[in-house]
Amino acid sequence: MDELIFFINRVLISGTVLGSIYALGAIGITLIFGILRFAHFAHGDMMTMGAFIAFVLAGVLASAGIVTPLPTGVVVLPVAMVLAAIIALGIDKSFYAPLRQRGARPVTLLIASIGVTLMIQGVIRLIFGSGTRSFFADETKDIFRIDMSWAGAQRPISVTEPQVIMFVVTALLVVALHLFLTRSRLGKAMRAMADNADLAQVSGINTALVVRVTWVIAGSLACVAGTMLALDVALMPDLAFNIVLPIFAAAIVGGLGHAYGAIVGGFLIAFAETLAVFNWTAVLRPLNAVLPEGMALPPNLSLVPTEYKLTVAFIILVITLLARPTGIFKGAST
Amino acid sequence: MALIELKHVVGGYGGAPILNGVDIAIEQSDIGVIVGPNGAGKSTTLKAIFGLLKVMGGTITFAGEEITNSLPDRLVPKGLSFVPQEKNVFTSMTVEENLEMGAFTRTDDFSDTMGWVYQMFPILREKRRQPAGELSGGQRQMVAMGRALMSKPRLLMLDEPSAGLSPRYVIEIFETIVKINGEGVGILMVEQNARQALAFASRGFVLANGQNRFTGTGQELIADPEVARSFLGG
Amino acid sequence: MSAASTGTGWDTSLRRGLLLFVAMFVMIVMVGMVQGTASMLLILTQATAYALIALGLNIQWGYGGLFNFAIMGFLMVGGASTVFLSYPVNTAFWDSDGPMLLGRALVALLIGLGLVMLARQSRRIGISGRIRTALIVLAWFAGYVIYRSQIDPAAAYIESTAGFIGGLGLHPVLGWAFGGLVSAVIAFFVGRISLGLRTDYLAIATIGISEIIRALIKNMDWLTRGTMTVSPMPWPTPLPQELRALGFTIQDSFIIARLGFLALTALILVGMFFFVQRAYGGPWGRMMRAIRDNHIAAASMGKNVTGRQLELFVLGSILMGIGGAILATFTQIFDPSGYQPINHTFMIWVMVIVGGAGNNWGVVLGAFLIYIVWVISDPLAQLIFVNLSVLTQELGWGAIPEIDSRALQMRVFVLGVVITIALRYAPRGILPETVRREA
Ligand SMILES: Nc1ncnc2c1ncn2[C@@H]1O[C@H](COP(=O)(O)OP(=O)(O)OP(=O)(O)O)[C@@H](O)[C@H]1O
Ligand SMILES: [Mg+2]
Repeated sequence: MDELIFFINRVLISGTVLGSIYALGAIGITLIFGILRFAHFAHGDMMTMGAFIAFVLAGVLASAGIVTPLPTGVVVLPVAMVLAAIIALGIDKSFYAPLRQRGARPVTLLIASIGVTLMIQGVIRLIFGSGTRSFFADETKDIFRIDMSWAGAQRPISVTEPQVIMFVVTALLVVALHLFLTRSRLGKAMRAMADNADLAQVSGINTALVVRVTWVIAGSLACVAGTMLALDVALMPDLAFNIVLPIFAAAIVGGLGHAYGAIVGGFLIAFAETLAVFNWTAVLRPLNAVLPEGMALPPNLSLVPTEYKLTVAFIILVITLLARPTGIFKGAST
Repeated sequence: MALIELKHVVGGYGGAPILNGVDIAIEQSDIGVIVGPNGAGKSTTLKAIFGLLKVMGGTITFAGEEITNSLPDRLVPKGLSFVPQEKNVFTSMTVEENLEMGAFTRTDDFSDTMGWVYQMFPILREKRRQPAGELSGGQRQMVAMGRALMSKPRLLMLDEPSAGLSPRYVIEIFETIVKINGEGVGILMVEQNARQALAFASRGFVLANGQNRFTGTGQELIADPEVARSFLGG
Repeated sequence: MSAASTGTGWDTSLRRGLLLFVAMFVMIVMVGMVQGTASMLLILTQATAYALIALGLNIQWGYGGLFNFAIMGFLMVGGASTVFLSYPVNTAFWDSDGPMLLGRALVALLIGLGLVMLARQSRRIGISGRIRTALIVLAWFAGYVIYRSQIDPAAAYIESTAGFIGGLGLHPVLGWAFGGLVSAVIAFFVGRISLGLRTDYLAIATIGISEIIRALIKNMDWLTRGTMTVSPMPWPTPLPQELRALGFTIQDSFIIARLGFLALTALILVGMFFFVQRAYGGPWGRMMRAIRDNHIAAASMGKNVTGRQLELFVLGSILMGIGGAILATFTQIFDPSGYQPINHTFMIWVMVIVGGAGNNWGVVLGAFLIYIVWVISDPLAQLIFVNLSVLTQELGWGAIPEIDSRALQMRVFVLGVVITIALRYAPRGILPETVRREA
């Protein structure tokens, strides 16, 4: 029983946490690709930026002496999302829109997004230095321990408060996005533009508006994803630069341009990573009792060593690109 | 006053002009048909009206108002609609969603317009929950026309609506066009099935090398021996 | 630059180029006057190596339109290769059971690959479709397990007894050549599998491959010592301490040693430059341009587009591998954690875009300019911050903390600003590719 709990803690909970972050990031990448047709490399840094915005706001709240039942990082999230969305709009207007108007190729926009990456990273490090910070310097991170002794287990299932909030927030955002894309006029216009931009223009759809909505969604979701990551682990300037590739992997596995694919892809990549480095001996140890003498399980039985965790995502990314660049869902759309 | 009027329109895609002075004028009661050889600039003319390329000379007026180089999101509310020749449906969206996109610029209730479109194309009502990409060529053309009608246009522009359709569907599409015209929508269309289209056209324009070669009623053009010899295949 | 100036186009672009090179020379001299000759030579040598790398990217992107975001990976491969060839022999390793264990691991690897090959051939015995795919995946897995079962103990043994396998003690220039060679082999396989991808997918795939290479080199401690770093790497030219032993002053020994290294590096750059320049001016270059500018037409003319592109990819990667090897040798340390996409992939891109993709002169100029900007951003920002700090102190806001580390980050920002401005106002670079009229 303890083995199962270990599995739940190490794989189910960690994988879901990571999957939520990947999914929220990948939605942004996939929407931007669907509408603007370029790979937005600066997305990881938009996540970092969002996390730092939330961090600053949380600091303001704390210094004002306001105490909240939830972690302050979560309380300030709505405001941080708005600010992140505004900055995303500003970035588009100053760096991408002029190139689009010139009729630049998608590659040029991709290179421009590298420029944006460098600028955001530079600014963040200029202001905050390159050290690691924590949202929980002054408050405690509550941990919920679900007692499982009724099932004969000694260990509890343990999950932190930010993780629980993350599950709820991700679920709410995904449902909201779904309703937006399938029910609202603007959401449908977004799908229309991702499907056929020329026809969307011909239909009189205000494509400039759709582009703005895309940045608002992508920017605010990136802010949530970044803040969640920072709440779960810690806040660093190169926080999301390391995970922008897994996020691209998620978006590509799900099929670039397909919002639902991005969500599935995010969880797929996250669980692949978590399972690949999971030490199976921890779960299979009871087998030692039945295995013959001298055939005991090795102390570490994981598919890849822990230091290669991120590499798993890269390998999935490369294999998907080579085998099925359009994603694993055939015929799926937005 | 003409519904749409092009006066000596010159335009192209950035390089040398493709249109070298096109004149077109039709009334709301008209069915105007543009015919001409491949590469004559027929599609380009429709795109020029719809602001999809740069007009470098001449003027375009719609119901007395100059609309030269206006963009679609301004033109659709004024009462113009355009059905491009290819890729004219949102394949991943349902038929009904396609129609809704046609009504994007409308802020009023458009359910009666949708009823009108379904009445015009009953098959679309049956398939309204199906992705447009799964429909046959003729049904897609109906979705495309239905989408364009959703904005309640005064002028419907169609680029080769019969291209690639079986003869049975060609007749059906042409009949529908006449019917739409009968409900007070001006039509301006490009057609390869020139003789068939000119037969029901009230205005015909023969374009070659980006210029008008002949203009007249459909019947006049069919009767003109030179038009028949050079452009209608004898 | 514009179409209107066709008559004098070549003259004006030549004059422009000369002026820019003179400006760059003045900048270098100024750096020398401010920071001292020894630092100037340090910057110049590294800039020369970067120019070689940028030339490699120009072959791929400028000539071939191939998007390579794996530059960092190739630089690491070059560095690790030169460690293996030129670092002194580690007798502790060769005297131990290490070589034998590694031999077993190699056999295991070959068996694994053999299994995969067999599975791929299964079509011959009538297995196809999903079953064959499953078989291939299974073979990969089995091969992986077999390899891991041998390499893990071997790695653990070597790391605990000898540290790492050490080098072969050969001349560093041979190490550089080997860096180019290993890069070529890797580029061949990377290119074979990924060059068919669309440009933006290729960008993502290559950056993924680059990260995989980094993870491997960083964690294969038995081969590269990983994060424990390898140093000091031998130089092909006399080291400062060797010159000091001959009686030179500290100052002079640094200057002369770096001059020697610079001369060698510059020689390689010049040699490669003229080789590339001549090839591109000839029929081979004409064909490459035709392919870049019009895939379909070139393919329909019976040109082997993919084969030619692979050629470009491999050739460019060779220059990257050599450049990476030179950089590692020059700094005398191979530190896998020191490689970052910003410094080792994106900066090269900025060099090529700013200099002028497709124009070798422009790319070399861009490499020197950007590298100098990159290096002097730090002291300049420091200067600004120190003065700002005085101001904030006077205003009673207190001094700016951590000026040093903040100033260092300034260069990342400057790099971003430079590329953004270039894309916006000079998308073809400061020395654009001169359109050659094909007779
Ligand atoms: N997007 C474009 N960019 C540049 N040139 C174009 C473009 N579209 C069409 N052209 C050129 O403009 C000219 C006129 O094309 P257009 O499509 O208007 O012809 P058309 O009369 O509709 O012929 P068809 O019967 O083939 O449809 C052709 O020479 C074509 O090559
Ligand atoms: Mg046409």
